[in-house]
Formats: sequence, C-alpha cells, structure tokens
Amino acid sequence: MTPDRLRQIVTSKPASRYSFRDPERPVLRSPKGLSKVVVDLISEQKDEPAWMRRIRHEGLRHFLRLPLPPFGPDLSRLKFDELYFYLKPSERKAQTWDDVPPEIQRTFNRLQLPKYEQEFLAGVGAQYDSENIYHHVLPQLRKQGVIFSDVETAVRERPDLVKKYFGKLVPSSDNKFAALNTAVWSGGSFIYVPPHVHVELPLQAYFRINASRMGQFERTLIIADEGSFVHYVEGCSAPTYQASALHSAVVEVYAERSAHVRYTTLQNWSKNVYNLVTKRARAAANATVEWVDFNLGSGVTMKYPAVLLTGRGARADILSMAYAGKHQHQDAGARVLHLAPETSSVITSKSVSYGGGRTTFRGRLRVAPNAADCRSQISCQALILDRHSASDTFPTLEVDNASAVVAHEASVAKISDAQMFYAGTRGIPSKQAAALVVNGFFEPLIKELPMEYAVEMNRLIEMEMVGAVG
Amino acid sequence: MSTSLLNVRNLKVSVGGKAILFGVSLKIIPGELHVLMGPNGSGKSTLAKALAGDPAVHVTGGSARFAGKSLLTQAADVRARAGLFLSFQYPVGMPGLSLSHFLTAAVRERKWDESAVARELPPMLNFLQLPSDVFSRDVNEGLSGGEKKRSEIAQLGVLLPKLAVLDEPDSGLDVDALQALAKVIDRFHRQGMAMLLITHYSRLLKYLRPDAVHVMVGGKLVKSGGPHLAEEIEQRGYEPLLPPV
Repeated sequence: MTPDRLRQIVTSKPASRYSFRDPERPVLRSPKGLSKVVVDLISEQKDEPAWMRRIRHEGLRHFLRLPLPPFGPDLSRLKFDELYFYLKPSERKAQTWDDVPPEIQRTFNRLQLPKYEQEFLAGVGAQYDSENIYHHVLPQLRKQGVIFSDVETAVRERPDLVKKYFGKLVPSSDNKFAALNTAVWSGGSFIYVPPHVHVELPLQAYFRINASRMGQFERTLIIADEGSFVHYVEGCSAPTYQASALHSAVVEVYAERSAHVRYTTLQNWSKNVYNLVTKRARAAANATVEWVDFNLGSGVTMKYPAVLLTGRGARADILSMAYAGKHQHQDAGARVLHLAPETSSVITSKSVSYGGGRTTFRGRLRVAPNAADCRSQISCQALILDRHSASDTFPTLEVDNASAVVAHEASVAKISDAQMFYAGTRGIPSKQAAALVVNGFFEPLIKELPMEYAVEMNRLIEMEMVGAVG
Repeated sequence: MSTSLLNVRNLKVSVGGKAILFGVSLKIIPGELHVLMGPNGSGKSTLAKALAGDPAVHVTGGSARFAGKSLLTQAADVRARAGLFLSFQYPVGMPGLSLSHFLTAAVRERKWDESAVARELPPMLNFLQLPSDVFSRDVNEGLSGGEKKRSEIAQLGVLLPKLAVLDEPDSGLDVDALQALAKVIDRFHRQGMAMLLITHYSRLLKYLRPDAVHVMVGGKLVKSGGPHLAEEIEQRGYEPLLPPV
C-alpha cells in the first residue's frame, strides 16, 4: 500500500457507498414469516421440478425441528416471524447492465461492480434481495465450458450436477440455518469448471440486501473438476435499518482431484444484519481449497468455513479476518478434517475488537485414525484495542493418528498507552494511530487480495476506526 | 532578549500518585542546545515526558509555554505538530507498522509533502550506520537498544521539530555510532533546531557546543551553567551537588 493510496483512503468519504438505500419496489414479496405456503410460493416462482421442492420441504421440516446453536452469540432477538423470506426485485435477469432496472443499476454502480467487471473480472453475478438481477461471464470461458449462473438456472439446465452435489456436503439436517437456507434458498452462484480449465481472472458475486426486515438466503455451489482452477469472490452490503435483517447462506465447494479453488469473502453487512452462514468444501486427492474470509460488517456473524480433506495429498488454507466494533460480535473460525493420508492444512486467524466489540475464534481440527503423515498449522492472533472490547479463542484439536504434525499458536495483543503516546509524540492522534496499527496487523492478510479489494478493505477499516464519515 | 521557545515555570508533576518534579523552571530560546544531566532517578525522563504530553504524567503545578502557546493542556499529538519532538530513552515497538508508513502518517498529519519520508529518511539511516531496511521494518521491532536510539534520531530529519527533547540518545552506543550521533545533533543545532539533550555522560558533549548545562537532582534543577559545568561533573561526579545527608 503506497502512501498515496492510504491518503486516498483516509480522505475519501465512502460512507454513503454502502449505507444508502433505494425505495422498495419489489414485484413480489412473500407474506411475513416462514411457512409451507411461503416455501411453495418460492418454489412456484422458480417453476421448479418436484425433486427440488421435496428438498425444500425436507429443509423446512428440519428447520422447525432443530434448535438454535447451543454455543456462540445471543440470537434471541432474531424474530423469524418478523422477516420477509422472499422478495423478488424485478421480473427478469439481465445479461447487460443496461437491462437492469435503473435504480438497481445505480446501486451497483455506486458499489463499483460494473467498473470492476470491466477492469479485472471474468464474470459477475449481482443479487438484489432474493434474486440475481444480472449475470455475465466472458464468452471465451463459456466456450471452454465454464458455467457461472445462479442455482435456479443450474436446476433447469444441469440437473445432473445439482442432484449430484447439492446438499451433499451441507445436508439440511446439519444445523438450523442450513435447514432454513435449504427450505427458502434463492439466488446465489453456481459454478462449474471443466477438467484442466484455469479461470485466470476472478469470478465475482455481489449480494445486496435493500429491503427492511429482509431475509437473504443465497445458495452457492462450486464444482471445480479435475486439475482446474477458479477464484470466486463474494462481496456483500446492506443499508442500515432499525429492524434486523437475516443473511443465511449455504456454500458448498467441491475441488476434484488436483483442482484448486480459492474462495474470498468480503463481508460488510450493516450492523442490523445477522449473518449466519454454513460454508464447507471437499478436497479430493492433491486438490487445494483456500477460504479467505474477511468479516467486517454485520451485528452478529457465525461462520466457520470448513474443509474436508478426503484425498491423499489434499490441502486446505483458511485465512480468517474479523473486525468487531461497537455492537458487533464476530464469531468466526475454521474447521478442517484430515480424512486421508499426507493431507495438510494451514489456519490463520486475525481479529480486532474495538469500541466494545467482541471477536470469537472457534477452530476445530480433526485428524482421522487412517490419515497418516498429516501436517497442520494453526495460528490465532487477536488485537484488542480498548478495555471495553473482548476476544475469545476456542480451539479444538482431535488428533487420532500419531504421525500427525500439528502446531498451534495463539496470541492476544493490545495497543498500549505507551504506543499511543509514542505515536502522539510524532504528531499522530490516537484514532489514526489505532487505525495504522490495525491496518498493519491485517496487512499480511490483505496482501492476499486482488489490489482493488485490498484498497477497499483498508478503506473500510479506516472508516470504522477513524469514523471518517462524510 | 529573544523570545523563549520553551518557558517552563515551577513545574511540579507526579506519576502514579508519587511526586517526581518539585518546581522546575527552564527557558530555551530558539536554536539553543541545552544539556540536562543528573543521577539516575532524578526526574530527567519525567520532565521530558511531561513536556511531550505523556498522559501518565500528571501536572500538579506550574506552567509551560511552547512556541507562544500554553503547552500543558494540549494532547501529545498537538504538541508534536506544533514542533515538539521527543526521542525516547526506551522506544516502544509498533508491530505491523513500518517506520516509513509511520512517518508518512506523521507527515500527513502536518499536511506536508509526503515524499519527504522517502527523500530524507534513507540518508539519515545511512549516516547513523543503521541497516537500510530499517526504513521498511516495523517501528522499533527487531532492533538492538542502540539501533532504536539511532532510529529515533533519524526521525528528526523528517519531522524537523523546533525543539527536540533527546532522552539519553547516547547510551549503548559504541564510539563510531556516538560520533555519528554527535554529528547529526550538531548539524541540526547549527541549522537552528533547539534541543534539550538528556545525558548521563559528558563524552557526547565533547563533540557539541551546548548553550547551557543543567543538573537535576531529586526533581529539581540544582545548578545551571555553561559547558564547563559538564566538565566539573565529569571530574567530581554529582556528589558535591547532592543535598547533605
């Protein structure tokens, strides 16, 4: 990051880039609350085959049966009866930005998505409330057989793939929110990369909640066939409302033999959003899965990206970054299951809590008895900026094979009064000093992002820390 | 008589409820080099921190003006931007923050040209015999005690204060590094930077031309004079200046 870039970040006034809202003009909105009627309405809207509707009904059954998670943040103020579970923003999905309704087009212009698409993306999907309103992928990728669409399109056009992979890593009985998503899923991304195809530029999806009391339940399914490569990036934001909103996604990633999938999330929901997400990947022999997970926004996040290493020599790399300011609890983490020999994993977590915010890291590592010669390295670093804020770490290690090499380190740092005074004697006010330290703390992770997102991420941190709100 | 840059009158401070300074008065005119000597625990560093605005140091009496403004109610960063610099005896590390980024932020807060960091810092590091990668290394991380002190002095070249308070910049330096340090201090002094140099030893003073030397004992300035005072202390120690037991 050059000084010029940093200055741009500090002096820009980007608050309105995320917190603005459009008038609500949906073409269809489900009645409040969740019921079989709502599930059927969603299914009818999508004109689904019976097998998918059955999957939804099963999801609803599990949702009604399962309790809230017995651990983690307080969810008692999340009122399912007050939410709208489906909201259709427009009649059709566009393939050019000109065909997107003008208000929604303006929204994504402000989020710079069309600009990024032109500059460095291979494909873009844009979801507004419950539906993808835009989807486009470079023609040469289409010719190579790469599919990038919403899941609805895949249900129609590639039922073979959907039936083979949908819900196989995250069954609807997995947890209450996975069940909920399975019942009312809408939109999200479907990606298929054929064998040995390398998608060099990232594919990006942007998820925007606009309406109040909205529940957004996108479903993402990524299949990277043998020897392929794909980098998928998702961004998300929402306006701030008094009432709570819920974002509950399910993501399943399959990296087949020797494939490489990198999945990057830049989560910047407004603080009235509950972000309760289940993300799981499976890596076959010699495959690599990377989760790069940045959580800045939301009031409550619960998210523990997982990788099942099922083939010999598979690798998992999980980078988790969380930032919790006032009224925020980021309960994030990582799970890796070594189920085959010679598999390896690296888990790196960095979190910052500030202004009364709270971060929690839940890490779970399991090495199965048959998984010989595995390696795993877990590192957790927390930075606590003031005495009103807190951070917890809950690592669980279950190693059932003696040949495993597992390293675990955790540290908690605080910005001391001495550091603040030192910065002060150089003319740097304490808020700016804290922002510098936080940026420095996250920098090794942010460097992993494409340049444009790195700039964005630094800007967001600066905004949060200094309150450079216009 | 010139207007003073720093005018401290009867300053009394405490740290953690314990009184440390018992009425210190000191006047520094722009461009003057003052030396502050005194035995361990006499309050020299506390005076430096009080001037720089350390929140841990509580002012219980007296006043201080710097560059025409009342000093003691200002936050440390405001004092620094008004032209007051403190080189720490024990500089803290700033993990994750490189010296160049740190100083760029400091320059930005002054609304100066940020290119000064890339222009001024590397020759300073070089002259002070520091490895060139100190520029991009984290502030005060992985440096020896002596390197940290020199890194502090190197910052003078970028921040160009009106008054630099240097708290024992010479301890832990070998002869070569000491000479380089003295040259830097002398150069800035000749360019018109005022300094308050805290030191235990007169060895640094051989290379400098101080305008005044003060001796602090027990939280008070017990004697002030010209450069000869440093020589006296060199020969006889602080003993004659200590209060009778």
